[in-house]
Amino acid sequence: MPLESRHLLGLEGVPKKDIELILETAVGFREIIDRPIKKVPTLQGKTVVNLFFESSTRTRISFELAEKRLSADVLNFTASTSSLTKGETLKDTVRNIEAMKIDMVVMRHTAAGSPHYLTQLIDSYVINAGDGSHEHPTQALLDMYTIKEQMGKLDRLNVCIIGDISHSRVAMSNIFGLLTVGANVAVCGPATMIPRDLKKLGVTVFHNLDDAIQFSDVLNILRIQLERGAASNFPSLREYSRLYGISKEKLLRNKKDVLIMHPGPINRGVELASDIADGSSSVILQQVTNGVAVRMAVLYLIGTRN
Amino acid sequence: MQIKAKLIDHENLTRTITRLAHEIIERNYGAKNIAIVGIQTRGEFLARRICNKISEMEGFEIPFGVLNITLYRDDVRVKMTQPEVKATNILFDITDKDIILVDDVLYTGRTARSAMDALTDLGRYASIQYVVLVDRGHRELPIKADFVGKNIPTSINEEVKVKLVEVDGEDAVYLVESTGHD
Repeated sequence: MPLESRHLLGLEGVPKKDIELILETAVGFREIIDRPIKKVPTLQGKTVVNLFFESSTRTRISFELAEKRLSADVLNFTASTSSLTKGETLKDTVRNIEAMKIDMVVMRHTAAGSPHYLTQLIDSYVINAGDGSHEHPTQALLDMYTIKEQMGKLDRLNVCIIGDISHSRVAMSNIFGLLTVGANVAVCGPATMIPRDLKKLGVTVFHNLDDAIQFSDVLNILRIQLERGAASNFPSLREYSRLYGISKEKLLRNKKDVLIMHPGPINRGVELASDIADGSSSVILQQVTNGVAVRMAVLYLIGTRN
Repeated sequence: MQIKAKLIDHENLTRTITRLAHEIIERNYGAKNIAIVGIQTRGEFLARRICNKISEMEGFEIPFGVLNITLYRDDVRVKMTQPEVKATNILFDITDKDIILVDDVLYTGRTARSAMDALTDLGRYASIQYVVLVDRGHRELPIKADFVGKNIPTSINEEVKVKLVEVDGEDAVYLVESTGHD
């Protein structure tokens, strides 16, 4: 049973059966990464290019590890050290890379929609590793995998995403994916950080953190992207932390035992207190481990299809 | 599926499993160092039955595991199929164990090769001994089973279908006309 889509560009419009197939396939790969020899020959002879036009550590390493554990040949392309600095266009760059006979491209770009554009330029399979503030499908899939692993289900689970929803590709992919599999999705943050039309998708919007915690089985806490000027959406970091930062005291106040997730890297003390980030309810490191398995599943399902 | 003959029924299958269990114990001078591993899907259930039988005869629990070989299959890499990936479930250390690898049908030998590759990635076993319920011939690799339930010479246009209660609701082995799909 192959995936319906040829590429993985986002989770918007991806059918439930495809998401379930990826999550079920990832269970098999999760087992491999606990083995003494963490490698299978499945993608032997395939070449995958990691095209990273925006800096990234964990996503790139996670993809690279997933590719290597499937025995693919891996090429890493970093924009800052490429011909792009000499004025070459994206189109020419990728066409030249494809002329070297590659099979798959994993792409991270600052511009929303760039992986879609890429599919018009090349015949290789394309996996979106984050495009601007649009989507980050593999992050959402690994979040969903982790929730299912911890809670046993996704259907009718109450999941709240907290933080800068407007500028978060992680939030958008999570919203699309979680709604598709039947979870109840909410968001919480200052009004300046919540897109206006979100309610139309069926998402509950909270501006009060206590209400959000009361609602939730799972809190997926987003990073305040200081490097993208996110701090201009609220008066001060201190105020954001006071109103929307997750602390032990706020969880105790609401008598709530919730699963704590964060796509990382964490601004400790801003969106998440250290004792919660390192506490027993936190699955932040499990998310990282599961990320490799989920990406192996995506690479397998896309890379071995007819 | 056009059935040409019923080769094994429930009673025969039960007797065959008992015989295979005896042969495995005899060849290994007991069952102290063995571990049983079934290849998904039907090999898993045959292995479970053999494991229960040996455990019962020897009076102690034999380590049991399930091997998924999907990711080692060579046809995945030549774009023939995209099989479902299931997790391997071997929770004991295979190091220095005599692994009794169980499958339903031995045909080309490619599944056995993949299974040996998969086991090698899990640790350094002492040996692998291969058990099949049916050997239907037509090998493409130099592989021979150590324990065979029944040798059934077939034509290339025939298939051997193993049915087990656990997955199919009945215990039987049929010889059927090939549908062209594996």
